[in-house]
Amino acid sequence: MIFMNLDILSYGFMQRALLTGIVVSITCSMIGLFLVLKRYSLFGDALSHVAFGGIALGFFLNVYPIWTAFAVSVSTALGITKLRKSTKISGDAAIAVLLSSGFAMGVLLISASHGFTIDLFSFLFGSILLTSMQDALLIVAVSCGVIVTLVAIRKPLIHFTFDEEQAKVHGIPVEKLNYLFVALAAVTVIATMRLVGILLISALIVLPNITSIMMGKGFKKTMMISISLSVSAVIAGITISYYFNLAPAGTIVMLMVAMFVGTLIAKHVGMFSKTLNENSLSTVN
Amino acid sequence: MVPELTQFENGFRMSVNALDVENVSVSHNGALAINKISFNVQEGDLLGIVGPNGAGKTTLFRAILGLQAYHGKIKLFGYEGSQYTTLLSMIGYVPQKVNFEPNFPATVYDVVAMGILSKKRLMKGAVLIQSCGCSWNRIFSTSSKNHEKIEEALKIVGLESFKDRRISELSGGEQQRTFIAKSLVKEPLLMILDEPVTGVDMDVQNKFYSVLRKINKENKITIVWSSHDLTAISDLATRVACMNRELFFHGEKEEFFANKDMLKTYSESAMQLHMHKHDM
Repeated sequence: MIFMNLDILSYGFMQRALLTGIVVSITCSMIGLFLVLKRYSLFGDALSHVAFGGIALGFFLNVYPIWTAFAVSVSTALGITKLRKSTKISGDAAIAVLLSSGFAMGVLLISASHGFTIDLFSFLFGSILLTSMQDALLIVAVSCGVIVTLVAIRKPLIHFTFDEEQAKVHGIPVEKLNYLFVALAAVTVIATMRLVGILLISALIVLPNITSIMMGKGFKKTMMISISLSVSAVIAGITISYYFNLAPAGTIVMLMVAMFVGTLIAKHVGMFSKTLNENSLSTVN
Repeated sequence: MVPELTQFENGFRMSVNALDVENVSVSHNGALAINKISFNVQEGDLLGIVGPNGAGKTTLFRAILGLQAYHGKIKLFGYEGSQYTTLLSMIGYVPQKVNFEPNFPATVYDVVAMGILSKKRLMKGAVLIQSCGCSWNRIFSTSSKNHEKIEEALKIVGLESFKDRRISELSGGEQQRTFIAKSLVKEPLLMILDEPVTGVDMDVQNKFYSVLRKINKENKITIVWSSHDLTAISDLATRVACMNRELFFHGEKEEFFANKDMLKTYSESAMQLHMHKHDM
């Protein structure tokens, strides 16, 4: 019954929270599918730790922290991609370097300035309900930019994700595309920080996608399912957290975990395999 | 620069070769993987390349495809440099195994669709091909929509009823046929197939060979194909090249199979490499 009561939509902070939450969840699902399929699932987590260093730098320099987070994350993502290519460092090692160095930088800058502040704490654990109009506009604009770019480059990006060598032979400029992709991933992570916080970003990138991949559909349908799951979890999570006075970030992520576990059980019970068999039979006939 | 058309034979002007490989060498960490290989492929040929494992067949293909640095010259329809790069995207390539993520949520249709080239790129390729006096044997009508091309390519390889299946659900042979369809939708000037049916059963191999024959004979596509299956090579190939880091033979298949010394060399070199690997 409480969900029928739409008075929460009359509050400005809730409108901003839902708007940014929906846009960010769509962006995370879209970029996350490519990250998961490229086996870069933890790349978002590593970038978020670098972003933490960027946020700390902003507080240290007394600059709007989102800008410094953008600058530090994008430049580090591009730098580590270049380093990986020139030194053949493996993906997991590169992620470990990113993760520890980003967080160490943050801790160092915090200790050199005023220690933990409420603002810094909100970046760590998310504060979607405290999103200011300035933050909301920036997040929506950046996310829309990422979505439009991903839609524009979807064909070469799918090919590149499927098989890099084949994409290269096909005439796709894979190196440039890779740099653009990691830059988009870095930007997405910054846009997501307000929603679930630095520590839970990878959940938003990974969970809806591994859940939708299990359903055995084609690429477009998998992405649409992932977006639907993510948006549903964000709307439900914000609503539940409002009525039950819970942390929105934790609620959203736990809903996504529930969706993943539910799908896993359904798959084991045979719900999806049955669908697949039916599809197979219908195509053979 | 347009390639020269100065070759004459019996008074007829000959067009340039589809592929020219001139003194190509590749080394890996100082060791020669292939040494001064030279051969050419004429339009409409189905060149079978034979050689033992480790002979450098894949390395040679990777050099042709621009995936491997090399010394020497490689020309596509007489072109080098940026024009070579333009035509490169019009090569259909099917490797031994495509290493894709097993959970990749792509249907057979999705995978074949990846092969579609933009109209702009096709136009650029067509201009280059016409300029060098060669013919571009298009598989599909010029007015075909992408969807029609995909459906037709799936029909050629006999996978039209599998289009909604996930690629990971298919057998090895079906996957390779999907990758052939992916190569076909780009309307290739040349197809390079690197031991495409290694490790699949005879039935699938035979289906694959009939597809190969069809696209060479009916669609007039030039094919370079490596295989250990000498029976299939003798059935399908128009010309044969035999290599083991160096080129031992390149010519008509009848000449290759009539030469008992050559066949002996091929099997001996295969045996030597096998023993060398075991010694290590």
